[in-house]
This record gives sequence, structure tokens and C-alpha cells, in this order.
Amino acid sequence: MNKELFKNEEKAIFTLRALYKQYGYLPFKMSKFEEYDLYVQNKDFLVSDRVITFNDTNGKLLALKPDVTLSIIKNTAFESGCKQKVYYNENVYRVSPSTHQFKEIMQTGLECIGDIDLYDIFEVVYLGAKSLACVSEDFSLDVSDMAILSAILDGVSDDEMFKKEITRLISEKNRHEAIALCKKYALDDESIDALVSLTGMYGEMSRVLEMLSPICKGEKAQVAYERLKALCTLLLSTEYASKIKLDFSLVNDMNYYNGIVFKGFLNGIPEGVLSGGEYGTLMQKMGRRGDAIGFALYLDTLEALDKSTRDFDVDTLLIYDDKTNASRIIEAKNNLIAQGKSVSAQRAIPQKLRYKEAIDLRGGR
Amino acid sequence: MINVALPKGRLGEKVYAMFENAGYECPSIKENNRKLIFENEEKGIRYFWVKPSDVSIYVERGAADIGVAGKDILLEYSPDVYELLDLNMGKCRMAVAGKKDFYDDNQKTLKVATKFVNIAREYYASKCRDIDIIKLNGSIELAPILGLSDVIVDIVETGTTLKENDLDVVETIVPISARLIANKASFKFKTEEIEKIVDGMRTQVKTDD
Repeated sequence: MNKELFKNEEKAIFTLRALYKQYGYLPFKMSKFEEYDLYVQNKDFLVSDRVITFNDTNGKLLALKPDVTLSIIKNTAFESGCKQKVYYNENVYRVSPSTHQFKEIMQTGLECIGDIDLYDIFEVVYLGAKSLACVSEDFSLDVSDMAILSAILDGVSDDEMFKKEITRLISEKNRHEAIALCKKYALDDESIDALVSLTGMYGEMSRVLEMLSPICKGEKAQVAYERLKALCTLLLSTEYASKIKLDFSLVNDMNYYNGIVFKGFLNGIPEGVLSGGEYGTLMQKMGRRGDAIGFALYLDTLEALDKSTRDFDVDTLLIYDDKTNASRIIEAKNNLIAQGKSVSAQRAIPQKLRYKEAIDLRGGR
Repeated sequence: MINVALPKGRLGEKVYAMFENAGYECPSIKENNRKLIFENEEKGIRYFWVKPSDVSIYVERGAADIGVAGKDILLEYSPDVYELLDLNMGKCRMAVAGKKDFYDDNQKTLKVATKFVNIAREYYASKCRDIDIIKLNGSIELAPILGLSDVIVDIVETGTTLKENDLDVVETIVPISARLIANKASFKFKTEEIEKIVDGMRTQVKTDD
């Protein structure tokens, strides 16, 4: 099969499906619809809180899936020492932040749910990096840890408003406003230094760990730090060590994410193409035992990688009329196809069709 | 190559001077012509002038790696970008203004005319004040004079326009200044180059004291 014919996103689907299968992930096929209730209860988890809804024939309010993770969690059961590992390839329906209109988004991803440990976290982050590498070698995967951020924030202030604001500023790498905010809340110099340093905490894993160590005070922060350090040691031993960076400006909603979070970028695409993390808090909210980690790769964004432009729509245009015998058209077309050419047979020349050569079969020629 | 979106106008020219002082000059930018893009290949930098309110769009969408935008635009549109530096120039404030005798007795819905719908909505929501927003695109000061609105939410620089129209600042919402912003993905792949520019600019930022 000629792989050139496939678009980036189509190639990715096939390659990633094989990859996830190799690592023991099972396919998870779900219905396009889900009960609307599921999303109402977990509205903040969704990227956009607007959902396309409709009534089923029995009157039940259904929604076109805006998210896959919630549906997967719903279908899992806890077993000590075990985890469910699934991958999916689904379309979701969300409001685009730029056009404010609904958009169909093709995503592929995986979830590891249950009694997860350091190895599982490593495996999922590693597979995130490997997924990006399957699409393009020029990628970057940022890793952060919500457990560390939340422990540091808890050690500094109880004010939820402050925590929300400072988290936003850290996510913007907005050092100047972070300093102003800390001063407004009359924090001591040590706390200001710690929080402000997070805006500049990004880069190579070992270097960032070194910078991070002195501000991880208190038991919670230290435990989280040691866990992150152990994860980084494993990641540093992989072929993607130079592509995986720590970046504390990467933050996800703490109401759902409680540990490692990560985001992937491909050179040439102006937005993140892969997003994932540990969502233990969401599991608890949904009344499930155990922890979970997963990621999604937004396949529709991969379109932007294709910079090739075509000069022609077809190689050959066959023009015929009423006097041309159909078998003559078939014969001519088959000959050209056998030469590896693409052919379009038309009675008149379409205005917008760009072709390399035209063969005139009119008048029975 | 780093692509820089500069805001057209006086502020943009001042900002370019900062880039120039930081060692990223591009002499062709000063030629009086209708070119839109200016490049200094040797320095690895390319500038283009865009409407100030469009800078954040160019940066968020990755057409520019970095750019300079007013905090008013960043607050209004909340683009998903890094805000790396406060350039402490183009300073003004986002304020509520009304007629000199305006008094808000909280008795009825407040009519607010503004270009900055999101800033106004968020500000009054934080005060739990019920408002009716009237979106205007220019000459905002006219609205309270003609009774179209009770107050306006707009940028106030010196306050001269307000004074000349018998209007006064009721309260300041937030101080505004120009900010250096960066596309998040560009920052990942051009970290060193962008950091170098930011460092070069930082040393030139004038402090208030």
C-alpha cells in the first residue's frame, strides 16, 4: 500500500494502534452518545462546558460525547494489584475557543486505570513521548506535577482565590504579576521566592529537579518530589531523555488532576497536540477506587504539519464525447493507471481542475 | 528565525527601539515604504507590524513567535500565551468613568458601555453588581452624555478626553502596560533564542522608582 496517500492523522492512527497494542492496551470502542448527566456532574473536567444534547426516542437526554475519559472511567472496576489498560480512537464534539462553534475533534489516546504505581506512570508518559515520536521526531514533551504545586501552595496560603490567581500566573510564566500578587497578599520573602521561582522552572529534567528541591518543604511536597525524581530517573534512561522537559507552567485543574500532568508539542504546530495526566481526584469524585493516568493526542491538529502543496489535482485529463466508445475510455484509463498516473475522465474540462496533460478522445479518436 | 509581531503606532516604534538596543536591529524597518515584513537574516529576526489588538492573535496562532500587546487586550481576549515581561511602557489604566455627578446607588441595573465586554463583565461580576453591557466600537465617551449608558469602561491615559466631556473616573479597574508575550509551542522549540531576547529587553525596562 502506498503510504504517501495517507494523511498525517491517518498514518498516526495506524501506527499508534499497533504501538498501544504492543504495550498491552486493549481497544475500547464506545457509543457516540452518552447520557447528559455524566457531563453535568463533571462539567469542570471538560475542556469546554458546552455539549450538544438531544432527546432519545424514550425522552432521555443524551449528548454527543465531548470527552472520552469520563465514559471509560464509568466502565471500570477496581481489582487490587491490577489495572485496566485501554486505548481508543474516537471523535469528540467541543466548542472551539476561537470560533465559539462546535467542532468535531478526532482524538486517539489511552487510559491506565486501577491500582497504578510508578511503573504505570512511567509507561504512560513514555508512551506519550513515543506517540509524538511516531508523528514527528521534532517534538517536546513537558511534564509537571500538580501534587508538588498543590503542596507548595498549601504551605503558603489557605486563600483559594489567591491559589487560583497565582496558578494562572505560573501557567503564563508571568513573573512580574506573580511578584505583585504575592506582595498584595503580604506573603513573606521566602514564600514569594518559592512561588515566583516556579514561573521560571522549566527545562532539562535534572536541572529543574535541582532548582525544585529547596522549595519542596513539608512532608507532602517532599513525598511528591521524591516520586517525580524517581519518574525522571526512569525517563532519563529512555531514548527520549532530551525531548522530555519539566515545566511547572503546565497546570491542569487541581479539582481533577492530582499528580503528574504532561503536554506534547510538535515543531510546526502552534498549540499542544497531546495532553494527559493523573486524574485520581476525578476517580474519587466519580466514586471509583484506585488511580488513573492517561492522555489524548489531538489528531486534527496534525493537519498543520503537512506543508506540501500540490501543483496538480490529477496527472491526466481524458476528454471524451458522445462519439467516444466507453470501452475506449476504459482502455485508455487502464493504460494510464498502469503507468502509475492518476486520471480523470470528463466530457468537458472542469474549470478548477489542474492537470499535467490532457488526452483528447473526442470524436471517437 | 524569530518572528516578532509589533503593534503599529508610537508604542510599536518604542518597542522596536528596545529590540534594536538589545542587538536585534533591522535597518530596513526604518525605510519609508509600504513593506509589511522586515527581516535581518544575520540576526535571525523578522518583524511585522500588525494592528495592536491583533498582536495576541498572531502570537497565539503561531504566525509570530513573540509579540508586544497591551494588558487590556490580554485581559479581554485571554489568549493562551506566555506573558514573559512587563515592558512598563504604554502605561494607562482600565477604568470606570461616568458623568461628574454620577452616583451608583445600587438600586437598578447599571448600564455599561464599553469596547471591553469581558473585562467589564468580570469586574462587575466580582462585585456582584447586575449590569447591562452595551458593546460599542468607538467614541465610548458619548454614551453617558447621551444617556445611552450610566457609565463606561475604557482605557484612560491622561483623562483629558474625559474632562473635556465633563466625565470623571469613578474607579480604576486595573493598570495597563505593554507586555512581551510568546507562543507556547514556539517557546518550546526556540527557548534559548526567546530567552536571549527577553533578557536583552529586561535590562532596558524602566522601573517606576
